[in-house]
Amino acid sequence: MSQQRTWRLLFIFATVILALAGCSGDPRLNVLTPKGTAGEIQLDLIKWSLILMVVVFAIVLAIYVYVLIRFRKRKGIDRMPKQVHGSTFLEILWTVVPIICLVVLAFPTVRYTFDLADKPKGDALEVKVTGYQYWWEFEYPQLGIKTAQELVIPTGRKVHFEIKGKDVLHSFWVPALGGKTDVVPGRVNYMWLDAKKPGLYQGKCAELCGAGHALMDFKVYAKNPSDFNQWVTAMKQPATKTVTKDLAEGEKLFRQNCMGCHAGVNPSIKGPELTHFGLRDTIAGTLPKNEANLKKWLKDPSAIKPGTKMPKIDYLNDQEMNALTQYLMTRKPESTKK
Amino acid sequence: MATLLVIIVFALFLTAILTGGYNKKFFARVKDTKVWDWITTVDHKKIGILYFISGIFFFLIGGIEAIFMRLQLAFPDSNLFVGDVFNQLLTMHGTTMIFLAAMPMIFGLMNAVVPLQIGARDVAFPFVNALGFWLFFFGGLLLNLSWIFGGAPDAGWTSYTSLALNNYSPGPGVDYYVLGLQIAGIGTLIGGLNFIATIINMRAPGMSFLRLPMFTWTVFVTSALILFAFPPLTVALLLLMFDRIFGANFFDYAMGGSTVIWEHLFWIFGHPEVYIVILPAFGVMSEVISTFSRKRLFGYTSMVFATVLIGFLGFMVWVHHMFTVGLGPVSNSVFAVATMAIAVPTGIKVFNWLFTMWGGEIRFTTPMLWAVGFIPTFVMGGMTGVMLALPPADYQYQDSYFVVAHFHYVLVGGTVFGLFAGLYYWWPKMFGKMLSERLGKWHFWLFAIGFHLTFFPQHFLGLFGMPRRVFTYHSNLGLDTLNLLSSIGVIGMALGTIILGVAIYRSFLSKEQAPADPWDGRTLEWTIASPPPEYNFAQTPLIRSYDAFWVAKEQKTQIEPAEPLAPIHMPSSSYLPIMMSLGLFIAGFGFITRGIEVSILGVAITLLMMFLRSFEQDHGYHIDPRPIREEKGAKV
Repeated sequence: MSQQRTWRLLFIFATVILALAGCSGDPRLNVLTPKGTAGEIQLDLIKWSLILMVVVFAIVLAIYVYVLIRFRKRKGIDRMPKQVHGSTFLEILWTVVPIICLVVLAFPTVRYTFDLADKPKGDALEVKVTGYQYWWEFEYPQLGIKTAQELVIPTGRKVHFEIKGKDVLHSFWVPALGGKTDVVPGRVNYMWLDAKKPGLYQGKCAELCGAGHALMDFKVYAKNPSDFNQWVTAMKQPATKTVTKDLAEGEKLFRQNCMGCHAGVNPSIKGPELTHFGLRDTIAGTLPKNEANLKKWLKDPSAIKPGTKMPKIDYLNDQEMNALTQYLMTRKPESTKK
Repeated sequence: MATLLVIIVFALFLTAILTGGYNKKFFARVKDTKVWDWITTVDHKKIGILYFISGIFFFLIGGIEAIFMRLQLAFPDSNLFVGDVFNQLLTMHGTTMIFLAAMPMIFGLMNAVVPLQIGARDVAFPFVNALGFWLFFFGGLLLNLSWIFGGAPDAGWTSYTSLALNNYSPGPGVDYYVLGLQIAGIGTLIGGLNFIATIINMRAPGMSFLRLPMFTWTVFVTSALILFAFPPLTVALLLLMFDRIFGANFFDYAMGGSTVIWEHLFWIFGHPEVYIVILPAFGVMSEVISTFSRKRLFGYTSMVFATVLIGFLGFMVWVHHMFTVGLGPVSNSVFAVATMAIAVPTGIKVFNWLFTMWGGEIRFTTPMLWAVGFIPTFVMGGMTGVMLALPPADYQYQDSYFVVAHFHYVLVGGTVFGLFAGLYYWWPKMFGKMLSERLGKWHFWLFAIGFHLTFFPQHFLGLFGMPRRVFTYHSNLGLDTLNLLSSIGVIGMALGTIILGVAIYRSFLSKEQAPADPWDGRTLEWTIASPPPEYNFAQTPLIRSYDAFWVAKEQKTQIEPAEPLAPIHMPSSSYLPIMMSLGLFIAGFGFITRGIEVSILGVAITLLMMFLRSFEQDHGYHIDPRPIREEKGAKV
């Protein structure tokens, strides 16, 4: 029996090694390799609690293995164990020691809880986040910019999020930068994050919000301050004037078919902002942006993101579709075109 | 409708075949059938078996749902079950496993064991006991009919609003959830009340509270938790029912309602619920470990104290499910510390089990294997529990696969391992047959290894950024290998469960009768035959110590009877419980299909049955003790 148990332990051990070595997670959304202050604070607590727990587990496991081997029934021996009632000393011991451990753990917990809830001091960048089924809107009130699906933030500066919802619960999560905060319709929640290094981080919706929940992704681009300012300037410029005939046709189609929802004409069927859509890397927050994918998305959006409110644009002919996608792909400010 | 008609016709045919056709003696013959005997029974042992079998049935359904989900998640970007279908699977898996598998299996063990352990002839209210079972059964049936009629609920087992409101979940799915759980919940609530009354009032003379077997103690605390935890659920479901069916706005923020209220109500119920399902498993562990170590339970009094404390604290921690809702640092800190405090009594229990085995003589029978497998698994679930209790860390774990791993370690590694231990341990007492030890060991090893392979990698999946309840993940995000491993592990659990099925089948076929005391037991249930006679104890025993049977065996005496052999008073069986439940089932179906006339009919049936019950002159019947005396005399 003890042999079988050893095998089982070995097996668990092997799984751990495999998990740690073979698949160490992707840095774009790994909690264990944080790229921001909030994530570091949280990882710190994760580590300390894990170490404490592993020590406790090791003690339990040591007693456990010893007991199972030492006191197993051996063949041919019929021993009557002594019927003990308990031991006051031992019982006090394993009541008091855990209490001390937990008190030790409680101090940093409470401190960090308050730290993370504090409004950041100094010149934090304000961003209003709104969660919709199944996309994200990001508004920069200080800069007068509104965008969707792709959040751009400067490095080395705290970003203070004001998180709101209009339909169902969502949860705003950028694993590599820090923990999540729920989007609660009828409430305003706040959270801060910062990114220490420039890079691309993956954002996720973490609260079941309907059929498209799994694909309610967003991207976070952390840019160093000068790149960020460049982006801000670009975002404030008007989109390019359409020059070619195709693009003009595309713009016309866009006005006819898309602007009803995507330009806030009718607030009850609101779709994501498409201003400067050409600057983005993804379609619907989840599909890599290229013309083929864009056509796929337009023709049958719910095949890609189940439950999306975006209707099928399957009534355009090939030429019209080409014009529309070309227009969308180049819908960005002149200064960014090379 | 056509399906319903076919089912009714089929049922009529079956009745005709089983009873030999309709004529003047039709009803007499119906009453002679085994089926009638089972559906009208008020015997706690039979009700226990009914609970257990329905629990296993729903466990299989929930398991199949889990297999489908792991199939979909085995590879990135797959297209087997996406969107709403996947959401239906995950909702029904959670709801089924908690309410329709874990709860009835626990009630099964409670019914089968508690009256025997306290030396009683039945529970305090046998009629209510049957009613509780049938309400649970029809509630569960109603919930699962959603797969056939109109689509299953898809807003998660937590059914958070406003996703669960009509605007975002059109169709009858969530209505099935609301009404199915409401009906099953009434059953659970009255079942809990019944066990509180039973344990307080029906103990044999001398069986003081500090001589109660540990399993009975945990059932007592669990029943108290049910009494206080289920009413908030009832209220929540009622409000949601009004929102969905009668156009109220309790949870619609646009109309001045609040979605957070639902979260509070649900978790004020939901957190105690996890202790409701884990405490009886602790009780099973205490019995099994003590029996197979041949030692008295170490620190019995502190075990009792720890159980009560866990039950008490269980009501003070619900907000740890809501740390990310934005309730502020003060409430998050308070609930964090309260949650951490629960680790202390739980730790006391684990160490007491270890020191029960210390110095004992450990026999690795199948029940003991499950108990021994339980300890490290449950401790791991407890450890991640403490980690989850820290709000800043929880902001990362919350709603990720880390949480999925955690609660499966406590619910499968804790409750299910405990239930399996109890199943193998008390099977001979329930059915009078043994379960194969050899198959049982296969079952254990396959299931345990499969379990760890499935859920251990999920801790890492969560930390690597995978949210829970997602139907897919993209292939380039470092989540592929672990997801595949996790899906492979399911094979182990499925094979283990199939082997359990084989073992059960074989045990029913076997002719060999189980002995009264197959495990060298310590408590009263092992003093009587397996399976026990319908009156359990011919004479109520007189209890002089904890582990009375063990002490009697040590002193080579027998437990003295507390009364002379006299006619034994038994409750009569009744068809009213199943009819009352059927009425509510019809009413529920009416509300779901928005056929209010049908609902009125259903409620009328239930009220009529209650009326009949109120005016029924039923004093039960008496069993003549003479044959028992002769049997006893023959033995001596």
